[in-house]
Amino acid sequence: MNWQWVRDHIPDFADKLGLHTYLSVMPVLYGLLIAIPLGVACARWPRLYPPVTGLTSTLYALPSVALFMLLLDVTGLSNATVIIPLTVYSLAVLVPNVVDGLRSVPEPVRQSAAAMGFGPVRRLVQVELPVAVPVVMAGLRIATVSNISVVSVGALVGIGGLGQLFTDGLQRDFMTPIVCGIVLTVLLAIAFDGLLVLGLRFLTPWARP
Amino acid sequence: MRIIELFWAWITSPAQWSGADGIPARLGEHLFYTGLALLIALAIALPLGLLAGHTGKGTFLIVNSANAVRALPTLGVLGLVVVLRGIGLLPVMVALVALAIPAILVNTYAGVRAADPAVVDAARGMGMRSSEVLRLVELPLAWPLILLGIRTAVIQIIATATVAAYVGLGGLGRYIFDGLARRDYEAVVGGSVLVVALALLTEAAYALLRRRNPASPSKAPTRTS
Repeated sequence: MNWQWVRDHIPDFADKLGLHTYLSVMPVLYGLLIAIPLGVACARWPRLYPPVTGLTSTLYALPSVALFMLLLDVTGLSNATVIIPLTVYSLAVLVPNVVDGLRSVPEPVRQSAAAMGFGPVRRLVQVELPVAVPVVMAGLRIATVSNISVVSVGALVGIGGLGQLFTDGLQRDFMTPIVCGIVLTVLLAIAFDGLLVLGLRFLTPWARP
Repeated sequence: MRIIELFWAWITSPAQWSGADGIPARLGEHLFYTGLALLIALAIALPLGLLAGHTGKGTFLIVNSANAVRALPTLGVLGLVVVLRGIGLLPVMVALVALAIPAILVNTYAGVRAADPAVVDAARGMGMRSSEVLRLVELPLAWPLILLGIRTAVIQIIATATVAAYVGLGGLGRYIFDGLARRDYEAVVGGSVLVVALALLTEAAYALLRRRNPASPSKAPTRTS
């Protein structure tokens, strides 16, 4: 390890961390925006669910390198090249969780809400989705942490945040940037996982003892 | 679509079908890496997962190893292995196996743990020995989850082996990285589409196997590359 190199590159790490965070978090947000209506629809019309999960899990199986390369033709060297495939992966993780979450709402709770005069939309927004939060949050944690590790592969098309440290290190046969990249990626993943756990506590005050 | 035209032009060129850089040779390499890494990962993870599930020991270690690997960047792990040990099949295989083990380990463990305790007790009550309970009762009950773990591992290995071409391995990823180096986008598209096709075939094979096992779960796997 060349510690002098590490000290000299701290500002550079900060830039890369910022881009890395953006590239991994945006897909989760987009994925959630699509997964909620899709999950609600699948929970309401169960016949929709098998084809939807069939499609998302098939898309999920596609290797990221291949998707990045194929998208280069459409999106060029822009952040979208990385964000679009990661949105698809996040979606594949989140849809089953939204559906499981909505199905985890106890029937008496649903009926109480109806008896209190809640219409279907208000019941969904104020009762069913909040009850589903813990299960959805479990999916958000998986999607965020695995996105943080996959973004690095984007360095192979020139957009990889911390992944750039791996390609740099490999080209110069220099271990220090590679080790820094691995450590920072893992720390970023741990930090976001912790944030989401805190977020869950904040969003579900009723679950606190 | 331009991608389809590019792929068609590439795959119909006779140069693609012979020699060490031909599709049969490269596909063979990719399948060889995938098969070898899967066999090694199975040899390690299956007995460990069965044993841990059967005895109920090592939960903490197994669950955390899966989470740790989820956060590890594949490209970084491959880069580290190459810088430390040099380019070669062995170091890269170590990385492929290490990244594939948790999927099989966790699913095997979870599958055995999820076996209905009443069924396991009944088997013991019938006088089965501990090893028979594991082999004849817990393993078959855990099989759908183990199969899911194997599928996740294969998908992971196919993707990682593609990335590994960047650090000097053969396989279908060679077309992608050689194409990028030569500014030959046709080859990049050709390699990418073949990798996508291989992943889709894996999914199809899993779907076929799953149809025989209707109890299989359908949760999405974890991805690191």
